[in-house]
Amino acid sequence: MPKDSGIGASTKRREDVRFLTGRGRYTDDINLRGQAYVHFLRSDVAHGTLKGVDTSAAEAMPGVIRIFTGADFEGVGGLPCGWQITDRQGNPMQEPPHPVLAQGKVRHVGDPIAAVVADSFEEARDAAEAIEVDIEELPAVVDMKAALADGAPKVHDDLSSNLCYDWGFVEDNRQAVDDAIKGAHHVTTLELVNQRLAPNAMEPRVAIGDYAGHNDESTLYTTSQNPHVIRLLMGAFVLGIPEHKLRVIAPDVGGGFGSKIFHYAEEAFCTFAAKQLKRPVKWTSTRTEAFMSDAQGRDHVTKVELALDAEGNFLAYRTDTLANMGAYLSTFSTSVPTWLHGTLAAGNYKTPLIYVNVKAVFTNTVPVDAYRGAGRPEATYQLERVIDKAAREMGIDPVELRRRNFITEFPYATPVAVEYDTGDYAATLDKALEIADWDSFDKRAEESAKKGLWRGRGINTYIEACGIAPSALVGQLGARAGLYESATVRVNATGGLVVMTGSHSHGQGHETAFPQVIAEMIGIDANMVEIVHGDTANTPMGMGTYGSRSIAVGGSAMVRATEKIIAKAKKIAAHLMEASDADIELKDGAFTVAGTDKSVAWGDVTLAAYVPHNYPLEDIEPGLEETAFYDPSNFTYPAGAYICEVEVDPETGKVTVDRFAAADDFGNVINPMIVEGQVHGGLAQGLGQALLENCVYDENGQLLSATYMDYAMPRADDLPSYRVDHSCQTPCTHNPLGVKGCGEAGAIGSPPAVVNAVVDALQRGGKDITHIDMPLSPGRVWAAMNV
Amino acid sequence: MHNFELVKPTTIADAVQALSGEDAQPLGGGQTLIPTMKQRLAAPARLVSTLGIAEMQGVCTDDHGRICIGGATTHASVTAETASTFPGLSGLAAKIGDPAVRNRGTIGGSVANNDPAACYPAACLATGATIVTDKREIAADDFFQGMFATPLEEGELITEIKFPVPQASNYQKFEQPASRFALVGVFVARFGDGVRVGVTGASEDGVFRWSAAEEALSGNFSAEAVSGLSLPAEGMIGDLHGSPDYRAHLVKVLTGRAVTAAS
Ligand SMILES: Cc1cc2nc3c(=O)[nH]c(=O)nc-3n(C[C@H](O)[C@H](O)[C@H](O)COP(=O)(O)OP(=O)(O)OC[C@H]3O[C@@H](n4cnc5c(N)ncnc54)[C@H](O)[C@@H]3O)c2cc1C
Repeated sequence: MPKDSGIGASTKRREDVRFLTGRGRYTDDINLRGQAYVHFLRSDVAHGTLKGVDTSAAEAMPGVIRIFTGADFEGVGGLPCGWQITDRQGNPMQEPPHPVLAQGKVRHVGDPIAAVVADSFEEARDAAEAIEVDIEELPAVVDMKAALADGAPKVHDDLSSNLCYDWGFVEDNRQAVDDAIKGAHHVTTLELVNQRLAPNAMEPRVAIGDYAGHNDESTLYTTSQNPHVIRLLMGAFVLGIPEHKLRVIAPDVGGGFGSKIFHYAEEAFCTFAAKQLKRPVKWTSTRTEAFMSDAQGRDHVTKVELALDAEGNFLAYRTDTLANMGAYLSTFSTSVPTWLHGTLAAGNYKTPLIYVNVKAVFTNTVPVDAYRGAGRPEATYQLERVIDKAAREMGIDPVELRRRNFITEFPYATPVAVEYDTGDYAATLDKALEIADWDSFDKRAEESAKKGLWRGRGINTYIEACGIAPSALVGQLGARAGLYESATVRVNATGGLVVMTGSHSHGQGHETAFPQVIAEMIGIDANMVEIVHGDTANTPMGMGTYGSRSIAVGGSAMVRATEKIIAKAKKIAAHLMEASDADIELKDGAFTVAGTDKSVAWGDVTLAAYVPHNYPLEDIEPGLEETAFYDPSNFTYPAGAYICEVEVDPETGKVTVDRFAAADDFGNVINPMIVEGQVHGGLAQGLGQALLENCVYDENGQLLSATYMDYAMPRADDLPSYRVDHSCQTPCTHNPLGVKGCGEAGAIGSPPAVVNAVVDALQRGGKDITHIDMPLSPGRVWAAMNV
Repeated sequence: MHNFELVKPTTIADAVQALSGEDAQPLGGGQTLIPTMKQRLAAPARLVSTLGIAEMQGVCTDDHGRICIGGATTHASVTAETASTFPGLSGLAAKIGDPAVRNRGTIGGSVANNDPAACYPAACLATGATIVTDKREIAADDFFQGMFATPLEEGELITEIKFPVPQASNYQKFEQPASRFALVGVFVARFGDGVRVGVTGASEDGVFRWSAAEEALSGNFSAEAVSGLSLPAEGMIGDLHGSPDYRAHLVKVLTGRAVTAAS
């Protein structure tokens, strides 16, 4: 029986009422008294020496308040990178400065050169057109191999080369992996590109800086997934404002997918300028600017080798990746191809020897950072594509080859430094085969053939590491941040609760799902619980939302705080009923004394906490408010199996995804409807990557896909009606809810399934094609068929 | 966007008058022009809206049996009003953009713009339509002069387009995945005295007639008639979404499909 409330209920999302009726309060909906507007003049060349910026004509234009250039930021800090990588030799990565406005050089199309602050947005734009910029164009480096070649133009003149780091993992395995590959019965090799993507959150970025002279406090309203992180980075590293004089507010945020984790120049600029000008300063990104300034995703070029014995057992696995950093190091850019990627190289398989090499490269392109899945989609794609190819080469059924190599005993320590606590990969595989109607494929293939179409199917299994943590471990790995989460639970006198969480909701449905947990724990209606997030002034220091961490880490913090609340409430109840607190039970919103019919309601206890007339004041303080910081002992490891069926039109190369089945193990599920929604969204993005999306620069570093005329976003009719299942549940063993996280799975697990399916269809159609790089657009598929 | 003056005349005469001003330009549905202005790639001083001009609205049939469509008729109206009289054109209009675009965008705006990937130009060429302006009548064969190029003079207004109605016709559009304009679009029209084929999206010279296919189809109106033909890739567009070879190939495939659908 499905539940109608509490944990496991598909409660409708309460926040949707305001989102769907146009009453959300997004950053751009905020307009402050006396606000000025900023327009950034951005470089239209990818690489050049900035010889001069003449703002004199522009300054005289109507409405202009002030024009800032790089010179105004001398002595001000630069945008920091939050994760230091140590290379194979033990040296720290090369870490160039990232000024708020370009100084000396421009390094990508979109690099901000000047900022015009004016009374209106249009006046700022008009004036920007009158700024004279003298740039001596330099040859751009775009291709990563070319960027690493001897004598290549350098993106940063002060660095020794365009190599940020050369990382090996696990370095000690390097030789053993090499030996195993050399001596193996069979080695399958594949070279592939995980193409660059533009994140395209529905809401473009917005920043408003405000400054209050009376108390010297700066406030930044921004489209962020983690306001406390922005406060720390911007306050400490860029502007030198102590955290108690800086407030960051991220109200309703319309999607992030990673792109709103990072600290951006525009945020620092608006905060800085507001203080200088004593006026609020607002910036709203246009969609075109978003393509040139939001950190982009993926962009890995990889060679993969899988060594197998005669029975198809995996012996060793090696990947060599070039990872594009773009022109500057965005906040968490360096961790994505390393710790978020290398640690997932084992996948769901017991491969004993693994070695991952990553060379991170500077190019004259927009910075690259975490995007839905961040490193894990890349790891999954490499592994699952090469397994498919190996299956074909060795004549082993691709399902059977995977099954043969599955990890079956838990906990399992991989050769790439992580320990999977629990899982059942055969269960999700079987479930996926079932809901995909795997066995009746041939019948459907015949139907397709009648229409002149080739049908193919592809399978993929995945594992991801979510709930990024623990702090001590990530600190050893170079993270310059902790990765706990926080929650304050405030119970009001009349019994309602407010949860102030360090997690941030920008589409995930926390306002609905988090109260369901509390409702379950206390036995009250979920509507008695309000979720507050997104404002550093009224939430405890938290790390925000990314990496599918909210319920696993933020939810756990809330559970811990609520447990403290319940423990204290039981003491109050014991006092009221003159019983021992050990005998008090809480059920359905009432406290009872075990074995008696004595009972006090939740509301009686909460009232007593704030009106302590009859209260154990000698033992406990009045009030009912608790905070917990939760630092997990491990990642969580959601896993699953995805199956895609496509039809390929051999005449045009057009691929249609006819059906898609996703069986996921997310551990316990709080709200199945929200979880399905997350999977649907992830699949849309994964299918978008597989079939449509591609961020392309020409050899001069000009972005060719700079608008929706050329950047293909998935639309509803590009996608099939999904078959999703999350009934296979192996609860996480180390967090209180037994939850694993579901936000990224769809985007991680789907691209390889699609590509495997298309290759399968082409093979069935008689084409000897073993790989096509994404996106599998009609033009590319046709070109592969007609070389 | 720069500031501009908006004029909303109700007659062609008033529109022509308003268009005689400095830097004046007609505004249809604004589906092309407004985004261009927002990007500051165009900055007309005055926009003269065609949407309030009753004489330029709607679909009728003239004495020669031609379907005459007012220059300010939206794609949605064309879809609805030609569904039974000219299903080939109705089907074409139904696939332009999305509902918002179809309810705003006009046939006059589309034809005047002559985007190399636009749909209507293929139908105009394939039917031998006549483009009527406030000054003259121009045959489609003379009108589409290459990407975005037309003989229209500054301020000249397309008031109507007259389409001879074919016995059978069909438009096949292969969508560019991002914009969903035509990566290649082919309009095949069969008349008593022969077949015409208009191709959009494919050529660097804009919309064109594929004469080899017209010849073959005039003798034998079947997909097989074109299957042996080949179109040179030279001069075809190559971009992110498809090579010149691919576009040349698609022209042939879509022509065959259009013939099959029209038969
Ligand atoms: C999202 C989207 C998708 C689209 N998809 C397609 C598609 O699949 N296929 C397709 O063919 N088109 C497509 N279009 C273009 C659409 O059809 C436009 O409506 C059309 O190109 C222009 O028509 P308009 O009435 O909006 O013209 P406007 O944008 O108002 O004007 C365009 C140009 O024509 C001039 N003009 C306007 N009316 C006249 C007139 N009566 N006489 C002379 N000059 C005039 C203007 O001065 C301007 O130069 C799409 C547009 C969008 C925004």
